Amino acid sequence: MAIKDLTMKFHSPEAEITALDRLSLEVMEGDFVSIVGPSGCGKSTVLNIIAGLFEPTAGEVLISGRKVRGPSSRVGYMPQSDQLFEWRTIWRNVLLGLEVQGKLTRETSSFAEHLLEKYGLIEFREAYPSHLSGGMRQRVALIRTLAVNPELLLLDEAFSALDYQTRLLVADEVKQIISRENKTAILVTHDIAEAISMSDFVVVLTRRPGRVKNIHRIVLTCSEKTPIRCREAAEFRDYFYGIWKELDVYV
Amino acid sequence: MSDNSISPEQASYLRARKRYRLKVIISRILLLVGIVVLWEAAAELRLVDPFITSQPSRVVRTLLMLHQQGVLYRHVGITVFETVVGFTLGTIAGTGVAVLLWWSDFLSDVLDPYLVVLNSLPKIALGPIIIVWMGQGMPAIITMALLISLVVTILGVYSGFSQVDSEKVKMLRTFGATRGQVLRMVILPASVPTIVSALKINVGLSWVGVIVGEFLVSRAGLGYLIVYGGQVFRLDLVMTSVIILAVAAAVMYQAVVWLERLILRFR
Ligand SMILES: Nc1ncnc2c1ncn2[C@@H]1O[C@H](COP(=O)(O)OP(=O)(O)OP(=O)(O)O)[C@@H](O)[C@H]1O
Ligand SMILES: [Mg+2]
Repeated sequence: MAIKDLTMKFHSPEAEITALDRLSLEVMEGDFVSIVGPSGCGKSTVLNIIAGLFEPTAGEVLISGRKVRGPSSRVGYMPQSDQLFEWRTIWRNVLLGLEVQGKLTRETSSFAEHLLEKYGLIEFREAYPSHLSGGMRQRVALIRTLAVNPELLLLDEAFSALDYQTRLLVADEVKQIISRENKTAILVTHDIAEAISMSDFVVVLTRRPGRVKNIHRIVLTCSEKTPIRCREAAEFRDYFYGIWKELDVYV
Repeated sequence: MSDNSISPEQASYLRARKRYRLKVIISRILLLVGIVVLWEAAAELRLVDPFITSQPSRVVRTLLMLHQQGVLYRHVGITVFETVVGFTLGTIAGTGVAVLLWWSDFLSDVLDPYLVVLNSLPKIALGPIIIVWMGQGMPAIITMALLISLVVTILGVYSGFSQVDSEKVKMLRTFGATRGQVLRMVILPASVPTIVSALKINVGLSWVGVIVGEFLVSRAGLGYLIVYGGQVFRLDLVMTSVIILAVAAAVMYQAVVWLERLILRFR
């Protein structure tokens, strides 16, 4: 995936806001990339453009060489908190994307069923979301996104609605599922530790208008490659401190 | 702690709670009995004039008389029918208009001031116009009931639509959903509670519309009985009709509450 010279201006009666200014970024297939940056620097805007929800003022987004024009099944978006429909069963929540795209066939639904099975949710098929724990709901939300088989996953502060302990566990699970399914993913977060522990690369953006300030390649030496374990790695602190300084948050 | 073992504290809490509940129910019954007895006694002892205030025994007699003449059910039936049709149409039409407003921001901006004015206008003032246009009959009464609930429904349901979590809508749009799909798959199902609560308000409003309509048209129904009783100074008839009306309205409200539970379960 490649972002080329992306510029985005928002217009309102009061002012013109330049949210992004010629932002460029490349993400290789299978990579997990996190984007961190000061509040309001345009992180969500980048994801919205990649997802095809906003038309950029200038520049373009290419996914496997093809330009993004509007929402498509090539990109999967994980919203803030799970956004499961409480009036649908887990199974019908998982099928939502396929239904919208008119791709509900025996083949696709058996793929969705296979995902539920693989990630231990098959027994909750007919249950309603309110009967599931926060972590399980997030897993269902991820499967809902994976069911349409996107090439690229976008996660916008996907865990921020969870309490701290659940958040660690869910981040762990989501990371494992994404790497087992071999998906490329871009995560937007405010949590530096989360970014470092989950990603291959951490991209730091400048204040608004957002541009790339620095890209850190994360290499952690830890016995088990899970986000929780990775926090114990010796290099973790250095990355954390480096990124923290770059964000230059003044209190 | 296992499920069946209840600690002494929990048991005494439950007992106190049960006792309180019982006390409330008994007090409610006593209040009703007290009012009836006082009313009857005051009329019997001529502390009040039963010609003006009527009295429970006369109400019962009137009720029996209406029952024997067979007119009771016709009048109740007509009024209930008009009310049900009125609030059903009001809810459906109001939801329909709300969908249009949601669909087109331009339309909702254009219509906004009109809705505000129509909302504050006492719809009852339109009664005579409706009767002139639609004739002295049931259509005029139902229109009255519909009009009274329509604007409230539009505003209530539309604001319900706007309160649906925008992240849910966004999630659906990233799948490539069209506006129609967003409406059908998120906006409407997420607004079912709002629509049902509009229904609850509409029941009450429709009763107002129907009774006023029957006052004006004066052909049949409980509203007609009340107005007629007043004109010929038969307060027994008026009181009896009002009491029937109260019971009918309460029953219908309960029916809607029951419907709400049903809908929310099988959404
Ligand atoms: N639809 C919009 N219309 C007008 N301005 C917008 C719109 N969306 C975003 N903005 C503005 O663009 C800027 C970047 O917004 P964006 O939501 O991308 O920031 P963010 O980095 O995700 O912030 P946060 O960390 O708070 O989530 C902000 O100043 C915001 O006010
Ligand atoms: Mg954001």
